[in-house]
Amino acid sequence: MTRSTRRQLLSATAFLAFANSACARTVSGSLPWQPNEAYPPSPLHPGPYLFFSPTEAAAVDAMVARLIPTDDLGPGAKDAGVTFFIDRQLTGPYGGHDWLYMQGPFSANPLPSQGLQSELTPRQQYRLGLAALSSYCKTTFNGRGFAELSGDEQDKLLAGMEKGDVKLPGFESRMLFQAVYANTMEGFFADPIYGGNRDMAGWKLVGFPGVRYDYRDVIAKPNQAYTLPPVGMQGRPAWTVGEKP
Amino acid sequence: MSRRLPAKDVVIVGLGWTGSILALELARLGLDVVAIERGPWRDTAADFNIGTAPDELRYAVRQELFLRPKQESITMRNNTTQTALPIRKWGSFLPGNGVGGAGTHWNGQTWRFLPDDFRIRSHMIERYGAAIMPKDNTIQDWPVSYAELEPYYDRFEYMAGISGKAGNIKGQIQPGGNALEGPRARDYPTPPLRQGYAQELFTKAATEKGLHPFPRPSANLSNAYTNPYGCSMGPCTYCGFCEWFGCANYSKASPQTCVLPALVREPTFEARTDCEVTKVNLAADGKTATGVTYVDLHGQEWEQPASLVLVCAFSLFNVRLLLLSGIGKPYDPNTNEGVVGRNYAYQTGSGSTAFFEDAKFNPFAAAGSLGAALDDYNSDNFDHAPHGFVGGASITAAYTNGRPINYHPTPPGTPTWGSAWKKAVHETYQRVTSVGAQGSVMSYRGNYLDLDPTYKDPLGRPLMRMTFDYQDNERKMAGFMADRCDEIAKAMGAKQTQVKKLVGPWSVVPYQTTHNTGGAVMGNDPKTSVLNRYLQSWDVSNVFVMGASAFPQNAGYNPTGTVGALTYWALEGIKTYLKSPGPLVQA
Repeated sequence: MTRSTRRQLLSATAFLAFANSACARTVSGSLPWQPNEAYPPSPLHPGPYLFFSPTEAAAVDAMVARLIPTDDLGPGAKDAGVTFFIDRQLTGPYGGHDWLYMQGPFSANPLPSQGLQSELTPRQQYRLGLAALSSYCKTTFNGRGFAELSGDEQDKLLAGMEKGDVKLPGFESRMLFQAVYANTMEGFFADPIYGGNRDMAGWKLVGFPGVRYDYRDVIAKPNQAYTLPPVGMQGRPAWTVGEKP
Repeated sequence: MSRRLPAKDVVIVGLGWTGSILALELARLGLDVVAIERGPWRDTAADFNIGTAPDELRYAVRQELFLRPKQESITMRNNTTQTALPIRKWGSFLPGNGVGGAGTHWNGQTWRFLPDDFRIRSHMIERYGAAIMPKDNTIQDWPVSYAELEPYYDRFEYMAGISGKAGNIKGQIQPGGNALEGPRARDYPTPPLRQGYAQELFTKAATEKGLHPFPRPSANLSNAYTNPYGCSMGPCTYCGFCEWFGCANYSKASPQTCVLPALVREPTFEARTDCEVTKVNLAADGKTATGVTYVDLHGQEWEQPASLVLVCAFSLFNVRLLLLSGIGKPYDPNTNEGVVGRNYAYQTGSGSTAFFEDAKFNPFAAAGSLGAALDDYNSDNFDHAPHGFVGGASITAAYTNGRPINYHPTPPGTPTWGSAWKKAVHETYQRVTSVGAQGSVMSYRGNYLDLDPTYKDPLGRPLMRMTFDYQDNERKMAGFMADRCDEIAKAMGAKQTQVKKLVGPWSVVPYQTTHNTGGAVMGNDPKTSVLNRYLQSWDVSNVFVMGASAFPQNAGYNPTGTVGALTYWALEGIKTYLKSPGPLVQA
């Protein structure tokens, strides 16, 4: 049997390119898996932005920090690494809508029930949307960018973008809001292996134990608080710095 | 130019539940069987590895196991006055891809339809008169009865190891089971899953209302089990990563856990993956299939001759393959003639979200089919006369997961972001549960499938076009069910509830259900069905088409149990056909 080169490639959500599978394959006689064969995502470690410019990153930092603020309940999106998470997602297949149906014609007036109908990939949405936001802010707020606005000004602007009331030059404000909002939720609650949810801040906020994969004890004891700390695909920090589990 | 391969006895299109079961059964008869699957091979050990399987972003959000819309999508509109546009990103439903198909990423809710469901048209008219039938419906009786299918439901359940409690064994009502189900020959192969706190509350509240709750039958197994094919499964650990994920524990019944280990050992079986069947080829008379044509990933086209063609893809893609191959007359809603694409149906979802003052539901401790359910409002188990609709729903209190990207509920009126949102998410996650109704969808003249005039797949073939919306009958039914769910949620002790009914046109955006049915329906009349009662094409007798595409309309349940039963039922027909090829039913 031939072995697909899919087997040498990594997870879909990693930033590496991912081919569907490179060739057809014939299976007969026995199941074709090999011992220790698995396709984990590549762990992401903090580093320079690959997609965002410093100005874009500052704006995204400021936006995600208003969407999920750091407060007495714990770290918010910015401090949980969400901007970095988004940067890496945008450099992968998600950023180009690589898996989606992107053939034309694109309708100018789709029905709401027909869902996503934009030609713009997430990378284009961020690049064009952040440029439009920057230009809007500079005009409206005496030369200040989004990151330089006060918290109240930022909240008011975000609320207007969410409703689509804010008219950015040449870009739908609601599209930018929705992209940042969806990616913020992903980055705050996804496994930390993707660079967000740092210290499992999102999981701790709600009480999600992560990937423990066995809750028979929980089912056996109804209506009781779960007390074990969350675990991600890479374990948890206490396991690697010598603390007690 | 296509290259011609040596002939096989049987070619199977798609290696999911139906394809793998038929491949194994026919290979064991000594037939040469090749299964052609357009997605990759997938194994539990490698692809659903415990170190990588529980990854919400990768599987639930980026949808790694599903068919990529880039490879094939479907265009959609709500009615014929609109222009269909492609579903660029899956939302409302998520078609599977690869070996195992939807059987790898399903939740495992494994139902039998009720006896009345199989003769719903006759039954409703007999009991209520023709006036109860909705406008423009094309509802029709199934060409098989529950009693005929019972032994085949049994075979599927014992193959899959289903965990549950019988409520009716040969007419004897069994305490703890579904008292309203059709009679079964014996109990489930494994006992029901252990239920959680939400199910405790639901069972108590429903019982006090005089309803008949029971643990939902589950393909997430309560106990270790070895099936008649010799495949072994382990007990479910309530990990909360069923739907949209492969199971790392060998606990969820799937082709990987229940069929493939035995199938690959059959010396006359071969699977070819990453190969897309583009057409069922017909002889010059148009009444006999000669095999299939497929394209591999290099773009090389192959012809695989075969004596018997079994179409076993996901229901929607079965219909498209028939349309592209010219098998059966395409349906035309203007004349109400033709059959392929006719009677496309779906499923309703409505219910009540229940916010408690103080509870620890631990929603992450869950399984795809963990849940307590009741059938008091399903099919015709209740008097429809005062309500004026056809159909019903199974009502369930369940968690399938507590995965936080998609599940971080907040009470009505909470801001969508900011500190107030964060506080609400923090305070709400543990104290919410829901009571949901999964309802039937009837068939209508205007809900159908055909080929799109504009949009194409990468091979240049037209995409299929779906014209669908919920009709008044379904909106009324789902609304009635939501109110029943809300009554139960309040009786469970909810401080606040939020009722969800069917509002606005059907949308492709939010996930609803991958229970797409019809389009290649089975029946007794070739004018209103594509397949006869053995799932054999009326027009091309060496083509059989499996799957939920055969349902004349959809019932208030998940379809897989019935798809499995129909597969084993059709196998009997295929065996008869092999002894004496030709139509099994005279048109």
